[in-house]
Amino acid sequence: MRYAMAIDTKKCVGCSDCVVACQTENNVPIGYARDWVAEMVAGTYPNVELEIRSERCNHCDNAPCVRCCPTGASHIIDGGIVKVTPEECIGCGACIQSCPYDARYSHPEGYVDKCTFCDHRVEDGLDPACVAVCPTKCMYFGDLDDPSSDVSEAMKNRNYKALAPEAGTDPQIFYLL
Amino acid sequence: MKEELLISGRMNPNIDPFLNIWHWHIPVYLFLGGLAAGILFFAAFYTITGREKEMPTTVKWATFIVPIALIVGLLALFLDLKHQLYFWRLYTTVRLQSPMSWGAWTLMLVTPLSIIWVATYMKEIVPGWKWPWKFLDRAEAFVIKHKVELAWILIVLAVILGIYTGILLSAFNARPLWNTSILGPLFLVSGLSTGAAAIIWMSRSHYERKIMSRIDILLIIIELFLVTHMIMGFLAGSEVKIASAMIFLGGQFTVSFWVFFVILGLVFPLILEILELRGFRIPVGIPAFLILFGGLVFRFIMVEAGQFTRYLY
Repeated sequence: MRYAMAIDTKKCVGCSDCVVACQTENNVPIGYARDWVAEMVAGTYPNVELEIRSERCNHCDNAPCVRCCPTGASHIIDGGIVKVTPEECIGCGACIQSCPYDARYSHPEGYVDKCTFCDHRVEDGLDPACVAVCPTKCMYFGDLDDPSSDVSEAMKNRNYKALAPEAGTDPQIFYLL
Repeated sequence: MKEELLISGRMNPNIDPFLNIWHWHIPVYLFLGGLAAGILFFAAFYTITGREKEMPTTVKWATFIVPIALIVGLLALFLDLKHQLYFWRLYTTVRLQSPMSWGAWTLMLVTPLSIIWVATYMKEIVPGWKWPWKFLDRAEAFVIKHKVELAWILIVLAVILGIYTGILLSAFNARPLWNTSILGPLFLVSGLSTGAAAIIWMSRSHYERKIMSRIDILLIIIELFLVTHMIMGFLAGSEVKIASAMIFLGGQFTVSFWVFFVILGLVFPLILEILELRGFRIPVGIPAFLILFGGLVFRFIMVEAGQFTRYLY
């Protein structure tokens, strides 16, 4: 089993509903965010291109944050989801330094916090909160090993990319182009 | 022409607009750890080679700095933690892939051992010193008898400690400025050089100062060579590596790096030490202070500048 997400950059309008849904669902402290929207403008007028992406932890297969954690608080659970155990985290910041996506932040209570793919919802067979609320239905979640899952179906006939694959992290969030 | 602009809706404290999760604690610790490793290395080396009599400051007096430096450094590391009550979690597990775990365990070994080392010289530094309990006398006699074995353990730990201060940073792929394997040797050599400088400053024996000055000159030359190689390596690398080199070649850390570290912290003390060996009368404190100052500045620059570099996507 390999959980992954595919996000359609052609459908995303950058409304930030995913950000708010995550903050509400996961009780993210005010002023912090586990996911965010990046807008990229490329080219010179009049040949300008815009790409909008909803970004979060890439739940990497080769996760540098898990490797560098001195206590084992950062770990990978079934399905490849990268998680942090607050009671084992000492707040040293090594994982924050190690993440090429800057997807982790220091929770005001001291431990390091990040996207969990809403594993508490996934356990019950639900989609993560960000996917569930998306008004343009541009996000797909599911098991990559299952060819009939939403995410596998979405990626079937599309070009896609991952972010900073040259970092060697093997990210599992894919952007449909 | 292609222009790119990235606008992010994320504003997490200490992450945005640029990463600054590590502040003064880390460079201060890296400096003190390197200094302690340097002094310990020379103390152990001259004990193993049986030259304690010729090098009294190196083997005895300077080592009193080591436990103090390590404890202050550990305190800085502790203050840096954001979930401090859980710090003991470091010692419930061994994680071979995490440099920080290596460092935590090395410090756990090297700190008490350096205190034991210093304790065997208490009677010489404090006249009339007496251990409060009998068994401590026996323990002292035991350690003195096995001094060379202890020195062997300490020399290995000192090298691990010195290299680890660099590897701590170089293991982070996500920060291109740190992600160069030359950082381990560079921090080790810089730590040895600051250790030698501290010994030169403390020593009253002309002979000992001369030996340590010669070693220090060699170390500074190696350090200059490694710094050059680091920048050359960046310039020959990928886009993010070139951007890292540019931080020192016209970017925001250019002046602090070249003026305070390379010129004031390496080249200037190197010239002063060479002149001193040639017979010019130069107060020994000046080059020693500059080397220590340069070592501290170097670590501040590397920690700070590294957090400015990142992957572009």
